[in-house]
Amino acid sequence: MKKLTELCLYDAREGLLNKDFTSKELVLDHIAVMESSRSLNAFITETPEIAIKSAENSDSRLNKGTNRDLEGIPIGVKDMFCTKGVLTTASSKMLSNFIPPYESTVTNNLWNEGAILLGKLNNDEFAMGSSNETSFYGPVINPWKGNNNEQNLVPGGSSGGSSASVAANISLGALGTDTGGSIRQPASFTGTVGLKPTYGRCSRWGIIAFASSLDQAGPITRNVRDNAILLKNMCSHDPKDTTSSSKKIPNFEESIGNSVKGLKVGIPNEFFQEGMSNEIIDIWDKGKEWLKKSGAEIIDISLPNTKYALPCYYIIAPAEASSNLARYDGVRFGHSVNSSDINEMYRATRSEGFGDEVKRRIMIGTYVLSSGYYDAYYLKAQKVRSLITEDYNKVFNSVDVILTPSTPNSAFGLNEKSDDPLSMYLNDIFTVPVNLAGLPAISVPAGLDSNGLPLGLQLIGKPFEEETIYSFAKVIEDSANFKNIENQWWVQ
Amino acid sequence: MNNLLRGNTGDWEIVIGIEVHAQIISNSKLFSGSSTSFGADHNTQVSFVDAGMPGMLPVINSVCVEQAIKTGLGLNAKINNFSIFDRKNYFYPDLPQGYQISQFEQPIVGNGMITIDLDDGESKNIGIERLHLEQDAGKSLHDQHPSYSFVDLNRSGVALMEIVSMPDMRSPEEAQAYVKKLRNIMKYLQTCDGNMEEGSLRADINVSVRKPGDDLGTRCEIKNVNSIKFIGQAIDYEAKRQINLIEKGDLIEQQTRLFDPKKGQTRSMRSKEDSHDYRYFPDPDLLPLTFTNEFVDEIKKTLPELPDIRKKRFIDDYDLSSYDSNILVSEKETADYFEAAAENSNPKLVCNWVIGELFSVLNKINKTIEDCPIKAEDLGELINLIDNETITGRIAKDVFEIMLNTGESPVSIVDANNMKQVNDLNEIESVIDKIIEKNPDQVNALSEKPNLIGWFVGQVMKETQGKANPKTVNEILGKKLLKKG
Repeated sequence: MKKLTELCLYDAREGLLNKDFTSKELVLDHIAVMESSRSLNAFITETPEIAIKSAENSDSRLNKGTNRDLEGIPIGVKDMFCTKGVLTTASSKMLSNFIPPYESTVTNNLWNEGAILLGKLNNDEFAMGSSNETSFYGPVINPWKGNNNEQNLVPGGSSGGSSASVAANISLGALGTDTGGSIRQPASFTGTVGLKPTYGRCSRWGIIAFASSLDQAGPITRNVRDNAILLKNMCSHDPKDTTSSSKKIPNFEESIGNSVKGLKVGIPNEFFQEGMSNEIIDIWDKGKEWLKKSGAEIIDISLPNTKYALPCYYIIAPAEASSNLARYDGVRFGHSVNSSDINEMYRATRSEGFGDEVKRRIMIGTYVLSSGYYDAYYLKAQKVRSLITEDYNKVFNSVDVILTPSTPNSAFGLNEKSDDPLSMYLNDIFTVPVNLAGLPAISVPAGLDSNGLPLGLQLIGKPFEEETIYSFAKVIEDSANFKNIENQWWVQ
Repeated sequence: MNNLLRGNTGDWEIVIGIEVHAQIISNSKLFSGSSTSFGADHNTQVSFVDAGMPGMLPVINSVCVEQAIKTGLGLNAKINNFSIFDRKNYFYPDLPQGYQISQFEQPIVGNGMITIDLDDGESKNIGIERLHLEQDAGKSLHDQHPSYSFVDLNRSGVALMEIVSMPDMRSPEEAQAYVKKLRNIMKYLQTCDGNMEEGSLRADINVSVRKPGDDLGTRCEIKNVNSIKFIGQAIDYEAKRQINLIEKGDLIEQQTRLFDPKKGQTRSMRSKEDSHDYRYFPDPDLLPLTFTNEFVDEIKKTLPELPDIRKKRFIDDYDLSSYDSNILVSEKETADYFEAAAENSNPKLVCNWVIGELFSVLNKINKTIEDCPIKAEDLGELINLIDNETITGRIAKDVFEIMLNTGESPVSIVDANNMKQVNDLNEIESVIDKIIEKNPDQVNALSEKPNLIGWFVGQVMKETQGKANPKTVNEILGKKLLKKG
């Protein structure tokens, strides 16, 4: 029999229902792997006691037949989700002592369906980063390594702990948040499936805010079906979040295996970047071929404002962040430096509490909102954002999904880009427009590059049509026949 | 009315615009479910949202929206079916989020107008520029510890309406009348209790001066003035300060100033250069605030009678003078009291008693009409007793005095103290005859001084302890004494 940690979420759920093993056995195996995989630095806080206690409760429910949809399934949660009574840091020194007295809506939904918290996952500080290197708790290491190369690679970011823990079989699934690609890019870098739902699908209540108009929670899993199962249990209409949608929540799992025959796939020519590697072009072509073979129609489309997406994003996201992060002032919670002068207290608290990347974005955001610059930057970016959204609205009159690469490259080396913010920001070039337009999108592993590293393809869907995305993603998954890492070099 | 101020270089005109912050009457805060009641223990009415905890989100309280619309309707203003909440960013310990949620470019209420009534009986229209919704901040407490400041977040997130006037006022009196009228309208609407002492109504006053006909001068803003009296004092001081400066050849610097009630002066708080850059931008946590015309129409149906309409009704229905009606409606409680007293009684007499006896007594015992010891119904009854000649006007004042001290009903007071008017002709005549008999000198002097008749009336009243029907007394005396002459 396979080790329990090698099962995917769906199989583990079947096994529990069939009484092949207990939730406690499943959880204990995962705790053992979590402990032996500490070299990856995927977790900030491990919660084995909570997990074991929850597993015992799940076993009793499974025995009584009162089990719920995710009964007994251990998952990891990005440290951006507030978890009641469990340290929640946003990977920042600022919140290194913060234990929330409340539970985020998304995690609460999952616990109500029987899912079990294994621990809190590392991420870029306040979800700002594309490599998980900006964390106060140190970088996460990608379980994947290049062929014949010992160099440590980044797992992507900001949900790097989430992607690494799923790729390394530490958790059956993980929660991420995606503001500009923070689920899809790490999924692409680790050979996992990561979905950013439509803006408003998941409640943002209790998730530490980075950029409110872009933030969305989503699942990272080892396959498409697991992803759909997890998403269904995350969503809800939440009266506590005005931007959460009251649309009916479909059973996403049912769309897995639906035929894509006759559906139309748009290929945006603006996504061909100058200097794009042949390997990325090849994997994109493969994707087109697979979908064509499954009966979908491939159509060239144009999204003319794509080139403005990244600069637009790097105005709007920091602007919102500069305001969202103003509450970290050392007065009520979190890191605090004493001073007899209030301004000095703010200065010292925030200088010590925030890392460089967070400070950089607060400064950019403060600048673009300042009087005299607001119109030229923030207001203009908002207009561009409308144009980008308009681009997508138009093409979705003629196509059902859009297929693009997830990232312009595979996972890069630790410290390789950490001193070069611009090159780091370029990593999100394919994912950022989706957040600006509020659309759902997934990254599915499509193959390996010549260096043996995973590459993902991105499928972008119409608002609230995650089901169509899942149907297409399943076709790519089946065609790519992607295999997870075999050499578990990091286990100690 | 000439409002000009005389300086060394000629006459000056004061230009005044006012921003009023009015706390909305609602059970819970603008974006959270916490209670809004005044005077609770520190930090006992604070939700995670009000404390700006990580991951918390605001949800608009629809009651506050309705109150703002209601107020807008009361100000004869344009109601905007689409408005936007913005963040006003600044750091302060009593501002937990690091920003105040307010409305900047697109407020819920646009242009409006109210009519103010001045002491000389004139009235004047004052334009309203806008009304918007915003959160209040918490309160910093600097007197609780020798070296620390404390923060009370009970007020954090409480709903305010900021009501901005046009620069239409020209004197301290007009400014005071404007704030009074605004407060009165909101009290009628029950959208703000208008209590300036508790801070539920605060005024920021913009003052500038100019020579009549000139362009607007540079203004100074006096922050957080919290009484009608101080509004007058602050404007008076500030206008003279500005005139002095200009006449000395100095320029007015645009400033935010504070009023010191002890000294009766304003002093500089910060200059324009030091002013905050609030970095307003639309709050991404909140959708634009939208509602239908039908929603507004429903609210319109619930509007109570407002002071201007009520005044007109008092003139038309009760036949009161415009001046008296104005006094009665200028405090909702007074108008309510008047109507309750006048319900089964003579309205004109009631009006005289309320404005005369009652006001002077309340003034003396330092009480408001809300906690008046005499029930309105009892005052009405007292006036009926005068009106139907059960007691004399003179006795009525004694009865009123007893009502004030004991709270008893006038009828029982009159009965218990045998204060009924004497109407019996024979009884009065015999008293009069006695007085005539005893005072032959006065009787004789009457032909020279007919005014002496008053002395006889007084004697009769004295003899009857004020209970004799004055009309009858006059008639009999006239018959008996003046005929002879």
